[in-house]
Amino acid sequence: MIRLEKRKEPSKFWRIANPFLAVALTMFAGGVMFAMLGKDPIVAIRLIFFDPIFSETFASYSRPQLLIKSAPLILIAVGLAIGFKANVWNIGAEGQYIIGALFGAGVALAFFPAPGWYVFPLMVLAGALGGFLWAMIPAILKTRFNTNEILVSLLLVYVAERILAAMALGLMRNPDQPGFPGSRDLRRYEAAHNAELIANTGMHWGVVAAIIAVIFAYVMMTRHMLGFHVQLAGQAPRAARFGGVAPARLVVVCLGIAGALAGLAGMFEVSGPGGQVRIEFASGYGFTAIIVAFLGRLNPLGIVLAGFLLGLTYIGGELGQMMLQLPGAAIQVFQGMLLFFLLALDFQTNYRIRLTQGMRA
Amino acid sequence: MRMPLLRLEGLTKAYPGVVANDDVSFEIGTGQIHALLGENGAGKSTLVKMIYGLVKPDKGSMTLRGQSFAPTQPSDARRNGVAMVFQHFSLFDAMDVAENVALGMENPPPLRDLARRIRDVSEDYGLPLDPSRLVGELSAGERQRVEIVRCLLQDPKLLIMDEPTSVLTPQEVEILFRTLRKLSSEGTSILYISHKLEEIRALCDEATILRGGRKIATCDPREKSARELAELMVGQVLHPPERPARPVGDVVLSVDKLSLKSNNPFGTSLKDISFSLRAGEVLGIAGVAGNGQDELLLMLSGELLSPSAQVQLKGLPVGHLGPNGRRKRGLVSAPEERLGHAAAPDMSLTSNALLSASERKGLAKNGFIDWPATEAFARQIIARFDVRTPGTHVLARALSGGNLQKFVIGREIELDPDVIVVNQPTWGVDAAAAATIRQALLDLAGKGAGVLVISQDLDELLEVADSFAALNEGRLTAVRPARGLTVEEIGLMMGGAGDMHVAHEASA
Repeated sequence: MIRLEKRKEPSKFWRIANPFLAVALTMFAGGVMFAMLGKDPIVAIRLIFFDPIFSETFASYSRPQLLIKSAPLILIAVGLAIGFKANVWNIGAEGQYIIGALFGAGVALAFFPAPGWYVFPLMVLAGALGGFLWAMIPAILKTRFNTNEILVSLLLVYVAERILAAMALGLMRNPDQPGFPGSRDLRRYEAAHNAELIANTGMHWGVVAAIIAVIFAYVMMTRHMLGFHVQLAGQAPRAARFGGVAPARLVVVCLGIAGALAGLAGMFEVSGPGGQVRIEFASGYGFTAIIVAFLGRLNPLGIVLAGFLLGLTYIGGELGQMMLQLPGAAIQVFQGMLLFFLLALDFQTNYRIRLTQGMRA
Repeated sequence: MRMPLLRLEGLTKAYPGVVANDDVSFEIGTGQIHALLGENGAGKSTLVKMIYGLVKPDKGSMTLRGQSFAPTQPSDARRNGVAMVFQHFSLFDAMDVAENVALGMENPPPLRDLARRIRDVSEDYGLPLDPSRLVGELSAGERQRVEIVRCLLQDPKLLIMDEPTSVLTPQEVEILFRTLRKLSSEGTSILYISHKLEEIRALCDEATILRGGRKIATCDPREKSARELAELMVGQVLHPPERPARPVGDVVLSVDKLSLKSNNPFGTSLKDISFSLRAGEVLGIAGVAGNGQDELLLMLSGELLSPSAQVQLKGLPVGHLGPNGRRKRGLVSAPEERLGHAAAPDMSLTSNALLSASERKGLAKNGFIDWPATEAFARQIIARFDVRTPGTHVLARALSGGNLQKFVIGREIELDPDVIVVNQPTWGVDAAAAATIRQALLDLAGKGAGVLVISQDLDELLEVADSFAALNEGRLTAVRPARGLTVEEIGLMMGGAGDMHVAHEASA
């Protein structure tokens, strides 16, 4: 007989071991999937997880890409993790990312072609503000009318996508090239360009922002009363109220931080690697960041590692498409499996599986 | 002695890390009212669950009416004439009495027949019930009747009652006892679980005392004093708390005609509450569960806000302030529910020390937590209140109920408050820990704090309180001096038996 026994305390070992185990299982299951698609599993897995960093041929292109892909994931996930700890489920980071990008790009396009040094800082502020405001919609609806923030924030992603399309085709369309959808290329507008800070590294202001956000979140969660209240509200809502936490304020703070960071990520993307407001600008960072947050155990330092790993799957996925003609969806399957295995494995942090013989319990 | 109905022989049940029952043997005679007495954790529940088929013993055997009895599930036990009334009711508020009874039966008759049988049985036994009333509208005492009647309809040979009087007023207890005696005289055996000694002496023919999973004694409770029984149960000599003489000072807390809607749809709203508490005074507030105790605590702790002037602390209005604003001004509280309300189950004791102490102990500067100071404070609580734990890193949920309660109450007392409000301070706590907690509250009053104790345990209130009031359906009675109050008078303050007392007089 197999019996489950609740552990007296969650196992620290499994908490840390599970993400690694989940990655290993994902690689294995992914290999099986590739074998069924008729590809050599070993080659495919190596191409996705190792070649982007270690291969002579690809690394010169891929390594800088790693920072470019991971920075937005980390920036968004750090904000989401704070909310998740407080049981505030912001699933709409993708929407906040889009609106932040539109706010940032809007400032740039409004100032075009002024060369002032102030343009970029204003874009940064606008990007954060855009994401913040978009996140305030589910926050206020929740605190005022007790709506479910999961649904509201998620559905607002689709609204944001429509707004993005409307902007790319309408208000923000490049007046010099009216035949094409999409805005001016911000990379060609020096005052607004989020350029590489060190050539060929992928290091741009978004990476700096991600590092600052990680440190800020780490200090807040471990040293500050706000972080303590966030954890309290997530673990024991009644105890939190007894401890003087106002639940409504906490919802606003959590959604606000996550929204602002997602908005920043969008702004750094549109003014740098993305370059312009396009219909297909949004690439799912907001959703992938949810996986990053969980894989990183909602811990800022764990999120850095998880962010690099998921960033790697984006790059490796592209390589796989080019070199082995793997389907583009394969990478989403990978990301999904990762979360799936992690959640399944997490069962054993709280429960012990016992094999018993004979007698019924 | 009459022929034994149920014989237990060498029952043993071990859980990982603890032996809940160790070689327990005794007999229950036909028609006997047999008390099972013991502290929390003594193994009463496990033993009863084995009899009711919820738990299978590791070792030992049971014999029912001379035949081997090994129920594997409660329906087995019920078929053999064993019925049980649990401490926590399993009733649906939105259904009426008859529907609730039908839900608990294997083969319920048509509802109309069932309603008639409910009426007959309940009147026969002096527990009148209207089968068509919604359970949500019934008082705790009436809900218990539904559970009892549900058992009686099965015509049980053995009725197990788990702490039945914890939700009753003294008058309601008297009615219940008459019913149980009538059942006993008709040949039904009753296994009566309790830790209330006077009740057991008044009701039971025989008592089996458990301590630490072992049977300590089987005796006739009427031949022992309550004190002797207590010492058998606890295994040590108990000292009643000392009440140092203390001067009573100025009013420190007053509430003026406050009505407040409950934040819980099944809660009890407070109606026109007025009282005042002086420095050095211990005010006891009695009442049957669910009469507004939770709401009263939330209203005083600051978790429910009210118009500012209606709650005054040392003459200043605080009704509009949240918990931390009130703590800063000297009002602290300890809610009834330890895990999840007074403490966060999955956080360490250090974090739980921070929970309510950050303000008064200055454990956070500009919002940044001083963890070493917080840990030192947690260690201080653990040392002063004899909390048994390996260290401050231990999660709150890993502590036993009594130890966690000492920690929670200790935390608030160490804040050196002007006013402390506690709800059920010793609920589910072993006798030694309860004595420590009561003594600490009295000492705090001795130092000049106002102490407000909300409790459903009358013995506790009579032990510590200088003055006394009762909550009944959200209303608070006038405050009276505790000295000279009889249990009878207290029962009437708690709402007496409501409209439930006619039954026995009519049938007598």
